[in-house]
Amino acid sequence: MMPLDTILLKRTGLVASLLLFALAISCQSNKGNDPIPDPVPPNPGGGVDYQTTPVTFRKPANFPDIVYDLSQNLLTVEGVALGKTLFYDPQLSRDSTISCGFCHQQFAGFGHSDHPLSHGIGGKFGTRNVPGLQNLAWGREFFWDGGVTSLNELPISPIQNAVEMDLKFSDALIRVQKSPGYPAMFKAAFGSDTVTTARFLKAISQFLLTLVSADSQYDKYVRKESGGDLNPDELAGLNLFQQKCATCHATDLFTDKRYRNNGLPAGAINDQGRYTITLNEADRLKFKVPSLRNIERTFPYMHDGRFATLAQVLNHYTSGVTDSPSLDPVLKANGKLGIALTDTEKKQVSAFLLTLTDDTFINNRAFSAN
Amino acid sequence: MKTTITVGLLAIIAFGLAVFSCDTKDTDTSLTPTLTGRMRIVFDNVAGPSDLKLNTGTYQNAVGESFAVTKLNYFVSNIRLRKDDGREYVVPQDSSYFLIQEEKPASRTITLANVPTGNYTGITFLIGVDSLRSMADISKRTGVLDPGLNNGMYWDWNSGYIFLKLEGTSAAAPAAQNNAFFYHIGGFGRANVKINNLRAITIPFKTDIAKVQTDAIPSVQLKADVLPLFNGTTKLSIVKNSSVMFDPYSTNIADNYSQMFSYARIQANQ
Repeated sequence: MMPLDTILLKRTGLVASLLLFALAISCQSNKGNDPIPDPVPPNPGGGVDYQTTPVTFRKPANFPDIVYDLSQNLLTVEGVALGKTLFYDPQLSRDSTISCGFCHQQFAGFGHSDHPLSHGIGGKFGTRNVPGLQNLAWGREFFWDGGVTSLNELPISPIQNAVEMDLKFSDALIRVQKSPGYPAMFKAAFGSDTVTTARFLKAISQFLLTLVSADSQYDKYVRKESGGDLNPDELAGLNLFQQKCATCHATDLFTDKRYRNNGLPAGAINDQGRYTITLNEADRLKFKVPSLRNIERTFPYMHDGRFATLAQVLNHYTSGVTDSPSLDPVLKANGKLGIALTDTEKKQVSAFLLTLTDDTFINNRAFSAN
Repeated sequence: MKTTITVGLLAIIAFGLAVFSCDTKDTDTSLTPTLTGRMRIVFDNVAGPSDLKLNTGTYQNAVGESFAVTKLNYFVSNIRLRKDDGREYVVPQDSSYFLIQEEKPASRTITLANVPTGNYTGITFLIGVDSLRSMADISKRTGVLDPGLNNGMYWDWNSGYIFLKLEGTSAAAPAAQNNAFFYHIGGFGRANVKINNLRAITIPFKTDIAKVQTDAIPSVQLKADVLPLFNGTTKLSIVKNSSVMFDPYSTNIADNYSQMFSYARIQANQ
């Protein structure tokens, strides 16, 4: 017979261990990285049977706070690797010719070099210029019209778009599930080899979130790092930029993320921009202010790629702005259309804009196809 | 030593218990002493006096256009049940989204579990998916709310669910569209967006009572009539509006679909 105090001790031990383990498990499930845990744990009683390696998200010192909720999608080496593989996989298009990376080319700042309008499956054209990809964690809404409200949903659109990748999303998931290599990658990233919408999309988000561009000459200048010397023209350009452009191209993201009509006359496509999403008359011809990072590489410019050079862009702002009811008020201040810049000043602004090229980003092997 | 092993074994049992308790903690209602049962809601899609027959049935709207229906889908969500004591039972958020699809007969009956026992006299629900759920993290939108896998009930270019989709054919629809007409109605009224096509529907069970008991499942039959969708406050003409999707006119159709639901009958125990 055991003495009473030993039994009591054991009972106390039982209660303590119960609490301890309940705590341990609840902590794990709170921090769990799997967006959709399987209804039955893959290894009941054994807890999580996969191990991910965390990736620290890089927030540059000169940037504002991010918008993306990383707590819902913790970055891991395995998740980012899976996302990159999906990003460069042409199987995600109907005829297996077009990957995300086909239109988002790293050397072009993840835009489509020299293509005014997006160019997808079967040589078909879209109606808008492919935007460069960088600093997506700071994005609130996506696309030129802000139609997509979460980075996690964005890839559904190009995959299903009839002139981009033209594949039903459900078919994309089936292809990935059946493709050798992927189940193991899903298992490594999320603890389950079942391909789900959320896992597929969150993996792509993880890769996209790593595309942080913050090492241009300008960044080094503002952070007072080596390599951050600006010459007199570039400095004069920066000064002019801050006076005349930074209202819209605000912060070191170079966009205020708002929708504005910058005075481009509607083209033959007659794209109504933000109006298509809000149906508010005041939003006609408005488009999201794009970032100017890597602008040297993301030509051509504007939502429809109508300008091939920075000189044409600056000429538009000095002498091409067309009035209309929704024209942005900052482009008709004091009753004068456009932005006043002399030829010398335009050259200086151009010189400054070229300091936004981030070669470290453009040449980063971690972002390239395997 | 022996104590350590015993504690270790007990710990392993505790571990297992903890795993299971975590799994159920979000939906667990067993802590409440209330007795619960189930209630079924059956959506009977009709066209006036006739049962709706996809593809084969021919119907006529108020402006005299004859048409066939090839697809009818709609979201029913945020269900609340009214009791005879005046109180309401709100179906928990995570179990309150349903996609009724005429082409999938099983989808037309929804079963509400864990309904407190009692006498119910009416129902309120939304046609559509509320803004909170529409903007929720992708992991919280599974099943019929999966934006990629819900039979085309999501706009990927303008984030949001299509609340109701009615498609059909009619001689009044343009030949260039193969005589097809399309009504894809959605728009949850996100910030700065002009239209909000969410509609709340309240249907009293007249003088009837749906009696939920632990061993009796009442089945409430509701009619969803496509004719009021054409012939409501706005007289929808196929020739004038053969394709209505995300545009300002869609609010007229939403006002019409708020008039398409009515009470039919209750079957006591199905």
